Amino acid sequence: MLPGMILVALVGGLIILPFFTPSGRDSAAKGAALLVSSVVFLLSLCMAFQFDWSAGPTTDHPYQLTIAWDWIHRFGVSLGFGVDAVSVWLILLTTFLFPLAILGSFGDDLRGRAKEFYVWLLVLQAALIGVFAATDVILFYTFFELTLVPLFFLIGIYGSGNRRYAAMKFFVFTLAGSIFTFIAIVYVAWFNAQQTGVWTFYVPQLIEAARALADVSVVVPMGVLGWLPLVPAEIHTSAQHLVLAGLFCGFAVKVPLFPVHTWLPLAHTEAPTAGSVILAGVLLKLGSYGLFRFAVPMAPVAVVDWAPFVAVICIIGILYTALICWVQGDLKKLVAYSSVSHMGFCVLGLFALNMAGVGGSVMYMINHGLSTGALFLCVGMVYNRYHTRDMSQMGGFGRKLPVWSTFFVFFCLASVGLPGLNGFVGEFLTIFGAFTATNVLGIGYAAFAAFGLILGAIYILYMVGRVVMGPLNEPVHEHGDDDEEHHEIKDLNAREIACLVPLAIACLVLGLYPTPLLRSLEGTIEHVTAGTTAVVQARAETENTTVITTTDQPTMGPQRTLAEVSR
Amino acid sequence: MMDMSTKLATLWPEIMLTLVAFVVMVVGLSPQLWMRRATYGIAAFGLVIAAILAATGSPAATGDLAVYMKVAICLIGLALLVAAAEVPDESQTLVMGDQAFDPASTSRGEFFGFLLLSLVGAMLCAGADDLVWLFLALELTSLPTYVMVATSRKSIKAPEAAVKYFFLGAMAAAIFLYGFALLYGATGTTYISQMHAIFADPNQGISHLALAGLVLAIVGVCFKIAAVPMHFYAADVYQGAATPVTTFLAFVPKTAGFVTLIVLLNAATGWSIVDNTPAIATLLWILAVLTMFVGNTLALLQDNVKRVLAYSSIAHTGYMLVGLLAGAGPAASGGFLLRNGLAAILFYLIAYGVMNLGAFSVLGLLKRAGEEAETFDDLRGLAARRPALAAVMAICVLSLTGVPPLVGFWGKLYLFGSAISAGYVGLAILAMLNSAIAAFYYLRIVAVTYMSEPNDDVVVSPLPSRSGAAMVSAAAVIVMSLAAGPLVDASLHAAAGFQTQPHMPAAPRPVHSEPADHDSLEVSGVNGEALPAASASEASDAI
Repeated sequence: MLPGMILVALVGGLIILPFFTPSGRDSAAKGAALLVSSVVFLLSLCMAFQFDWSAGPTTDHPYQLTIAWDWIHRFGVSLGFGVDAVSVWLILLTTFLFPLAILGSFGDDLRGRAKEFYVWLLVLQAALIGVFAATDVILFYTFFELTLVPLFFLIGIYGSGNRRYAAMKFFVFTLAGSIFTFIAIVYVAWFNAQQTGVWTFYVPQLIEAARALADVSVVVPMGVLGWLPLVPAEIHTSAQHLVLAGLFCGFAVKVPLFPVHTWLPLAHTEAPTAGSVILAGVLLKLGSYGLFRFAVPMAPVAVVDWAPFVAVICIIGILYTALICWVQGDLKKLVAYSSVSHMGFCVLGLFALNMAGVGGSVMYMINHGLSTGALFLCVGMVYNRYHTRDMSQMGGFGRKLPVWSTFFVFFCLASVGLPGLNGFVGEFLTIFGAFTATNVLGIGYAAFAAFGLILGAIYILYMVGRVVMGPLNEPVHEHGDDDEEHHEIKDLNAREIACLVPLAIACLVLGLYPTPLLRSLEGTIEHVTAGTTAVVQARAETENTTVITTTDQPTMGPQRTLAEVSR
Repeated sequence: MMDMSTKLATLWPEIMLTLVAFVVMVVGLSPQLWMRRATYGIAAFGLVIAAILAATGSPAATGDLAVYMKVAICLIGLALLVAAAEVPDESQTLVMGDQAFDPASTSRGEFFGFLLLSLVGAMLCAGADDLVWLFLALELTSLPTYVMVATSRKSIKAPEAAVKYFFLGAMAAAIFLYGFALLYGATGTTYISQMHAIFADPNQGISHLALAGLVLAIVGVCFKIAAVPMHFYAADVYQGAATPVTTFLAFVPKTAGFVTLIVLLNAATGWSIVDNTPAIATLLWILAVLTMFVGNTLALLQDNVKRVLAYSSIAHTGYMLVGLLAGAGPAASGGFLLRNGLAAILFYLIAYGVMNLGAFSVLGLLKRAGEEAETFDDLRGLAARRPALAAVMAICVLSLTGVPPLVGFWGKLYLFGSAISAGYVGLAILAMLNSAIAAFYYLRIVAVTYMSEPNDDVVVSPLPSRSGAAMVSAAAVIVMSLAAGPLVDASLHAAAGFQTQPHMPAAPRPVHSEPADHDSLEVSGVNGEALPAASASEASDAI
């Protein structure tokens, strides 16, 4: 089933579209792409039904629906696929967003190269499903890097003004980060091979090996850098910390976290709408998913040690980008920066390392995918009408485009975290998780992050105020008077509404009744955080403090939250 | 050491090819046009026969490495020949065409004949067991290429490039010949296996004289593989030669050079000079790092795609030197398979040859005002006009970048995986960092072909065999990417002889070596034994 989905998307993208749709007629390519992505969505629904939601992952059976073939036997690289609850949800998010993004792109200007556009989108879809379904690290890495190629073309060919620079920066930033991930992975695999005598890249096996790395102490000579002030001549640490550093480098760029986020606003601004939707909706989740899937279970000791530092980075990112959003005049850039701010919450919750925080983080990935994806669609619809993203030229769209404005306000509120909509659940849980993460994070972190929520509300509402409210202010169309089409700007048509309605429904459902989703995640999260929970507990015991044991928090978290939500 | 007749019996492919080369040269002088045209076919036929002879030859007599390399050189040589099929015509058409016979201006016979002889030289390197043989084989690889460069183009650039190439090549030959002389002086033998036995003997070891000889030999061979400090010629010569000849230069001498280094530095008994001589290991470490950085940073600055590919060729040499440093490692019982750096080099050579062939062949098809198109500007918007060629270019270039799952990525996993396993984690990080730098200029090629408006001054010349070579190499890249297994197996098999045997006195790599690089370090492992371990010091500040 899993490789089947990838194969359908790949065959659709690489064979059907280029060779079996008539050239010169864009509508055929559009229809075919929509059809293929819808089939993949149906397949993913079948997969979700096949998946046994009641059975949590165990050490022996960490994944379900597994299937594996040898790929390069001598390297121990296999084509291994399998899912747990978290990856099923993220695959569903991916397959759900793609048909909508494709449908949304029908009105876009594709520079006469529509067929190629959909080829790249379908290849991107295949790669994204692959990332979430891979159980072999090299296969994961392969798909992880493979997502760069289609997006590189999507941004570089179909983007606006500075598209080539944006595409290059995006590609090189992510590639540069992920090489450290690659080194860390191969190092762990080598360590595992030394211990067991078998080269393998099977994720659970490497997780086990990497945990033993906590006892391997390493001295890193700083070499020339040691001459600098404040830099010690050598650093004493454990191999596990270095592995975490390597993994973190790659995933932090992808999330993106504060100092390495600069590629994202650029890529978003230049990307075509469908590219932005997928980039914000799914691609950013690869970073947090990587941290969740690899960093947390592989390096529990190091993660607990460094959680405060990571949290500080996240909080800086949350506040800093929120302030940028406040003064942002470009509508699309604003939404892009708000993604950076929001993903900070997601990683903060993840590094709280308790059930509420991690559960909230996973929830946040899904919610952010839905609401920000929808916001980018909305922005794209305005751009198609006025060919500008400059907010100073916009105002009072509530009068001119009432349907669009309704959706826009709705998704803004979902993104801000209005109780009752989906954003709230994730935000609340991550902050709650940070708050209650004794011995890892604590009240201070939660307080600063909560300040980010206030800023978030300010900039989003400010944006809504400028664009939707007030006297009507329409951008001047640059094409001149002889251009017929701009004379009457119409509100959303049926196709555009059809794009947004499913997203709105999903936001509403997940906001009002997230219990099933949260329940389904519990087993997986418990399994993934087992290592870190043990470390935290061991520390608590050695400190002889009377700490509320973290074990009963896991089940408490989501339930307590639900009570709050319903109230 | 074997007697002459057995030795000759291992050389059937080379003998065959040499004969074909002479036939080609003679036929090339024929007054009949159709006979002159047939030279290309004869050469191709000879290569096919030689490949079959090499593949069916007994590995017991020649060694697995020789069989692997000979087959690989014949097959890739065939592709190079196909890509270069039109070179003699292109360089002559305006002068005389094919109407009249003029021995002074027909170069088909010489061109294909020299191409074959150069391949013979590379193949001989793989089977070398003697310093004199090695020297002659290396020179046989290089000498014909000087002529090929000189006659490849009408433009004055070609003779200029050839002269540069020749003088620097002669100097390099002198350097490593001097090194060989010192080695002979130190050990009293020219047989490589005897030399290794003396070095491996704890009572004798490597004398200072022998060390000096080895250093000179390595530096001399650096010319063939285009490594720092002998890399200066690469960009100029690659640019000056006709593109198919450039492809040839980027693969054949490099292959011969790496095979030479493997044969010279690694005894077939599993003993390795690199592992046991910190000075040589340090030298190679420095050469590898410098080569990577020089190649990649200079490639960033170029506007001429041929020069970019030339500098990137230097960078790839640097990556492969990492594998040489990692060495063959201990013979494993099913386990440590990402530990054989020599096998990784053998794998990467093939992968690099194929990727490079694709990229250069596409470039060779583009013409601007009758001259070769070679700048980024000339590649503009190729995708809109010739989507298939642009796709070939994109596939090959992305593979060179090392985007998984293309074959370049497997090569890098193989090389750097073995480096990490051998304890060179710092070096592996530097190498990967270089891959990221390389992404800039490789992506620039892709970006220009796909994301710009077409350049109307550039025409795509209808050369069936060259575009065929491009298509075939792209197909080969894809096949090797999706099914890399057999090639990995073959490369491991070829390098298996160099692996440290369990009964050998030489200690396994991680224990004995305090590798000379300062980034690698000793760590007390969980079992109390020494483990080489990571330095991720660069990790934090690089991001």
